[in-house]
Amino acid sequence: MAGRSIRTERPWSLRAFFLQWEWLLALIFVAINVVNSTLSPYYFSVDTFLQTPKNFLDIAFLVLPMTLVIIMGNIDISVGSTVALSAVVMAVSFSAGLPMPLAMALCLLVSTGCGFVNGILMTKFKELSSVIITLATMIIYRGIAYVILEDQASGDFPKWFSAFGWGSIGQVPLILIVFALCAILFGLLLHGTSFGRQVYGIGSNPVASRYSGIKIDSVVMIVEMLTGLMAGFTAIFLTSRMDSTRPNVAQGYELEAIAMVVLGGVSTSGGKGRMAGPLLAVFIIGFLNYGLGLVNIPSQVLLIIIGLLLILSVLVMNVRFQSRHQRSALSPSRSVSGGDRPIEKKGTRRR
Amino acid sequence: MTDELRASFRTGRRPVRFGESFRELGLLVFIVVVCGVVQLRNPNFLTLSNLRDLFANTAILSILAVGMMMVLLTRGIDLSIGATIALSGMVSALTVQAIPTIPPVVSVLEGMIVGLAVGAAIGMLVAKFDVLPIIATLGFMNVIRGLTYLISNGAWVSSYQMSAGFQRIASGSLFGVSNLIVIAVVIYIVFGYFINHTRTGRQIYAVGSNPEAADIAGLSRRRVVWLVYAAMGTLAGLAGVLWVSKFASAQGDTAVGYELDVIAATVLGGVSISGGSGRVSGLILGSVLFGVLDNALPLVNVSPFWQEAIQGTVILAAVVINVLVKRNGQRYALRKRVI
Repeated sequence: MAGRSIRTERPWSLRAFFLQWEWLLALIFVAINVVNSTLSPYYFSVDTFLQTPKNFLDIAFLVLPMTLVIIMGNIDISVGSTVALSAVVMAVSFSAGLPMPLAMALCLLVSTGCGFVNGILMTKFKELSSVIITLATMIIYRGIAYVILEDQASGDFPKWFSAFGWGSIGQVPLILIVFALCAILFGLLLHGTSFGRQVYGIGSNPVASRYSGIKIDSVVMIVEMLTGLMAGFTAIFLTSRMDSTRPNVAQGYELEAIAMVVLGGVSTSGGKGRMAGPLLAVFIIGFLNYGLGLVNIPSQVLLIIIGLLLILSVLVMNVRFQSRHQRSALSPSRSVSGGDRPIEKKGTRRR
Repeated sequence: MTDELRASFRTGRRPVRFGESFRELGLLVFIVVVCGVVQLRNPNFLTLSNLRDLFANTAILSILAVGMMMVLLTRGIDLSIGATIALSGMVSALTVQAIPTIPPVVSVLEGMIVGLAVGAAIGMLVAKFDVLPIIATLGFMNVIRGLTYLISNGAWVSSYQMSAGFQRIASGSLFGVSNLIVIAVVIYIVFGYFINHTRTGRQIYAVGSNPEAADIAGLSRRRVVWLVYAAMGTLAGLAGVLWVSKFASAQGDTAVGYELDVIAATVLGGVSISGGSGRVSGLILGSVLFGVLDNALPLVNVSPFWQEAIQGTVILAAVVINVLVKRNGQRYALRKRVI
């Protein structure tokens, strides 16, 4: 490490500023919109930009906390199941006679509780990687949803409930307003508070973070509960948009959300990335999907495009990283877990 | 302990540790208890025909678990196998539909080649370009799933479009044992030998438990990592043909989410997701427990809707108990100062 000083911030330069990942994403976003507007003469209007997000924003609520989770070096694949469970609880409690506002509160409570359970398991069993814990709870949460509702659908919500998915205030859809508020709050939390700095700290070096006095456990708990809460938001908006719910809703949302976060330039090895990237990625994918719809390309092509974008973006990032730091051949490969394991793997200890 | 260790150096084998054997014993006891309880409630459980069903249904899962174990051993993960199953199944089914006279062996080989191609590409990304496995395979999962829809135009290939020979790959039997079981046993023998008794097989453990040390020791880490994904892809390709032949239909959404089942069964079998530890014998027990839960719960009139919740709870309990046992063992070792 000789000759490399510890800098908290790089000196500002025009080149570095424009080489940021977010500019590339913004460029892609503009390109998509240019292509879209050549495809349809009616495309380029304020109305399109305000109304299209209704179709894809419900999953975007998951992207916000997932960004924190991944920056912290963890991963949470139980979010899709949390959405399903809380949506099912909301629907069932409403049809059992609970007033709708209370049912919605219950939904948020259940989803936050799911996050709480994840957090407890992650902090009590640090040896286990977050993938395994959330894999198990993912199966359990979805399983409970099936136990509650079996294979039926539940719906018949009051009329005003559909406003969450479809309503708007003036010209602006309600979901867009709520999402913008949440995004601003999460952006401030990550970039403007000491809590956010702690999240980065844990992601880039959990051991050093612990020694410098960061309460890792409580940070993990809070992030997991925020993840649960946002999954509750997704549940409400998704249920409102579809006007009913089933135990198999939101299947695969977890992987979609992770894909968007990574596309947004957040590194899964933790400690790197910003909130703006994943937000741009959400809109890129959403508008790309809309554009494909305009020219009747089957939505399966979108799968291929997302996959290729994901791989390409990581490849580009790796190449940039390598050229900048001249990595040695012995790149330390980290596992996806938090890495803070006081009791180390067996085998390394025997002398 | 030290004598044991010295003996292990002489024979080139490491002693089986208490934690590991305890874990497998625990799993075995759990399976026996579950079987006993189910048998008391429903005497049809431990009959030859039901057991044959049980193992035939577990075969595909256990074949995939072998590949997943090797991937997990290197600290990787493969989320693409559900999609690979769908693609290889679809390709072989479409070929059979076009040329009904194609021999079943060729279909199987075709599926394996498709899987190998996918696995080799993923292995390239992970081994050569240092893309994190979870991202590389997540990307490929999307690409391959999309390709499957594209080549089939979203249509299904159903049983009447498949030749009888193709369907017999899974439904046929050899000396009264279902082909699926025969194939799974062959795979286990081959890979059990490969993982435990060949140099490359042992290198998988070395690379997984300490990549830096493996590099310094002169192992070609990248080659081992590539190999592991290629093998996983090939096994997934094989499983795809078996799957389509067994259920007699190839669809775009075949085996969606199956990768998580496989990972769960592998972890249940004692393979650590942080790499370097796990054994083939544990793997068999993990897959069998998964199969027993699948098969037994309906027999004792547990509603099928409870199945997922119970499976999830068993997985969580298994990994948590494993951690607790390990901690206990460590504390015990510290107290005895036998390190």
